[in-house]
Amino acid sequence: MAKNSILLLRNYMQYALNLHTKTYCTKTPPHYDIIIVGGGMVGTTLACTLGKNSKLSDHRILLLESGTPHNWIKTEKYSNRVSALNLNTYNLMNKIGAWKHIAEIRCSSVKNMQIWDAISDVMISFNHEEVSNVAAHIVENDLLIYAVGKELCCLKNVEVKNQVKIKEFVLPQQPSQNVFVHLNEGETFTCNLLLGCDGAQSQVRNAMGVNYISWKYDQMGVVATLKLSEANENVTAWQRFLPTGPIAILPLKNNLSSLVWATTPDHARALIELKEVDFVDKINDALWKPLDNSSIIQESTKAFNKLLEFFELPTSNEKQLPPKVIGVDPGSTAAFPLGFGHATNYVKQGVALVGDAAHRVHPLAGQGVNLGFGDVSTLNKILGEAVYSGRSLGQITDLQEYETLRQRHNFPTMVAIDGLHKLYNTEFPPIVLLRSLGLQFTHALNPLKKAIINQAAR
Amino acid sequence: MLSRIVKLPTNRRVLPGTANVSGQTKNSTVDQQQITNFNELKTNWWIEDGIMKPLHSLNKIRVPFVRDGLINTGLVHKQFVNTPQPLKNLQLLEVGCGGGILTEPLARLGCTITGIDAASDLINLAKEHKKQDPRLTCIHYNFDTVENHALTHAGKYDGVVASEVIEHVNDKDVFLKSCVACLKPKGSIFLTTLNQTMLTWIFGIIVSENVLRIVPKGAHEWDKLMQPHRLQKLLEDNGCRTRVIHGMFYNFLTNNWSWISDTSVSYAIHAIKN
Ligand SMILES: Cc1cc2nc3c(=O)[nH]c(=O)nc-3n(C[C@H](O)[C@H](O)[C@H](O)COP(=O)(O)OP(=O)(O)OC[C@H]3O[C@@H](n4cnc5c(N)ncnc54)[C@H](O)[C@@H]3O)c2cc1C
Repeated sequence: MAKNSILLLRNYMQYALNLHTKTYCTKTPPHYDIIIVGGGMVGTTLACTLGKNSKLSDHRILLLESGTPHNWIKTEKYSNRVSALNLNTYNLMNKIGAWKHIAEIRCSSVKNMQIWDAISDVMISFNHEEVSNVAAHIVENDLLIYAVGKELCCLKNVEVKNQVKIKEFVLPQQPSQNVFVHLNEGETFTCNLLLGCDGAQSQVRNAMGVNYISWKYDQMGVVATLKLSEANENVTAWQRFLPTGPIAILPLKNNLSSLVWATTPDHARALIELKEVDFVDKINDALWKPLDNSSIIQESTKAFNKLLEFFELPTSNEKQLPPKVIGVDPGSTAAFPLGFGHATNYVKQGVALVGDAAHRVHPLAGQGVNLGFGDVSTLNKILGEAVYSGRSLGQITDLQEYETLRQRHNFPTMVAIDGLHKLYNTEFPPIVLLRSLGLQFTHALNPLKKAIINQAAR
Repeated sequence: MLSRIVKLPTNRRVLPGTANVSGQTKNSTVDQQQITNFNELKTNWWIEDGIMKPLHSLNKIRVPFVRDGLINTGLVHKQFVNTPQPLKNLQLLEVGCGGGILTEPLARLGCTITGIDAASDLINLAKEHKKQDPRLTCIHYNFDTVENHALTHAGKYDGVVASEVIEHVNDKDVFLKSCVACLKPKGSIFLTTLNQTMLTWIFGIIVSENVLRIVPKGAHEWDKLMQPHRLQKLLEDNGCRTRVIHGMFYNFLTNNWSWISDTSVSYAIHAIKN
């Protein structure tokens, strides 16, 4: 009897709820100050950062994500998608209160980095005396979204809608007009400012019709979680430039590291098909095996070392040896296509692009998502200031300021990463020689290294 | 803003709901020629990169100037600082509000603001424009002069703002006296203006009105401009203590204003009523 009435009550509530949403939809479309499209790492963080900005506290924010709600449960197994977060990202995560959740669960710190060239064996290393303390934190992408989401769900001014399919965006032609977002199911929302965080294939970017410069690298990124032989302190990130592309291993915990290996598509496909023992052999070869290096290159780099010694600059002889890989976590191997993309404009009246929707880089420098988080910090500051100065949201002058500031940072970084990729994707001796000397030179010059680290941290 | 405190033309003398504005010849600040100029402007008023471009971009520094000035004098309750409505519960008067370029952003900061101007077309334009933003419910626009407004609103406001106005005014003493009369004790007055030196003559009048055509021709007249120390003296005579004075610099190329220490071209003053 009691059970029945509970059921009845539940049915009734469901009915009332449906009734409510239906009437809601037929009236003037619900209005939000800001709609964010895409709840990946960047979109979720943006929603949380704006939602916590006291200068925007009376603004209503809606986050639309095409995927299912994020349900992260901690398991022993590490995810194969991890990011190296730089100092600025770490500061942002602290500011929005997400870092404590990450630290409580798990993350690792990179205190040293060693990068070396497979052909000339020249190397550059950064260690924590130079890098203040921690150069980067390695965090699983899903864990980061979970941690930010934990803060996000307490915010009263932010709503999240999952599993939405967007039919079209109608963007304003004049400053006083709203943005319209029409969903496939017939629902419509309006907003003053639309923020596209919907990744490299951005639908928002398409609606803006901005120029997008892009190309595919003839490479794929192979990722996996690796087991290491030694159980000693694992705090070094290793990266070796092979003629086919860079291979990097990032520390996860004492005997676990994460692999990001950029290589030719054929090679990548072959690698992920291999049995575990064979794949492990290939990885160890890629990290350890000497390649034929031409005598000219060796002679010149030797001479260069002499020159450095003469000027009492440090030479790069004390190379440390990378760890030995002994196994691969089952099911952790996967391959992703790699590309370059940059929108020539990030903004239009009432709309802006953030993260991979605006720019996509080669993962060789581990900068991709950090650039996106840099966008989040800048946009948050500019929008807060705009509202605190009585301007309405989405004014083109404010958005253009965001665009200018970010392009001034993102574009040179992207060009440098692309240049590095092109430079390292060759075996032609003069270039190999140049890049070896380049590496030796940066290794020797501490101030220059600091500059590199600082640029990477912004 | 640009349009001014002026004696109302005789045919417009009787304002709805106000007492008869009479016998103003002596202490009026009329300038008929200037009213005509501003009425012509109205079609361009709200186009951000149109003819009013420098006034739109001036908001970037003058809104924070007024906001932080009110915060720093302690008129703003601590709990409202760094919120979207820092000026909540405050009453402001903007004299010479024109089409509302400064009135609207100040209103968004949470205050109740009255905008008055002696050019009726601009007041109508301002009334029309505020309808575009549903958040702007706390603006009241009146076709009025400050002398007249002061008769019925003495001691009412926490702040009075007159931005780029005083250089268009004939009798500056009467003008300031009326502005100050509208203030509560400890209330703040904010003025921005061009001044009288050679630099102004070159950049402010010749360059901006003729060469660059960014301010309509004839809108500033040389003998009406005023050096900062004279304005400061006039404020003192009217019972106000100057709190800050900043120079303003306009970069024509980037359309950006910035604060500078040199007050010889344009400047902003914040003073407090004793
Ligand atoms: C192999 C590899 C390794 C990498 N390693 C690193 C690294 O070490 N460090 C680093 O900084 N970066 C790294 N990157 C780059 C990094 O992963 C990206 O920069 C980052 O994921 C971008 O985040 P985002 O939120 O902008 O976009 P995405 O992660 O692409 O998220 C977009 C979100 O939007 C949603 N979405 C898409 N379209 C719509 C739509 N129309 N409507 C609603 N929702 C939509 C998607 O479901 C998704 O949730 C790596 C990339 C690769 C491929």
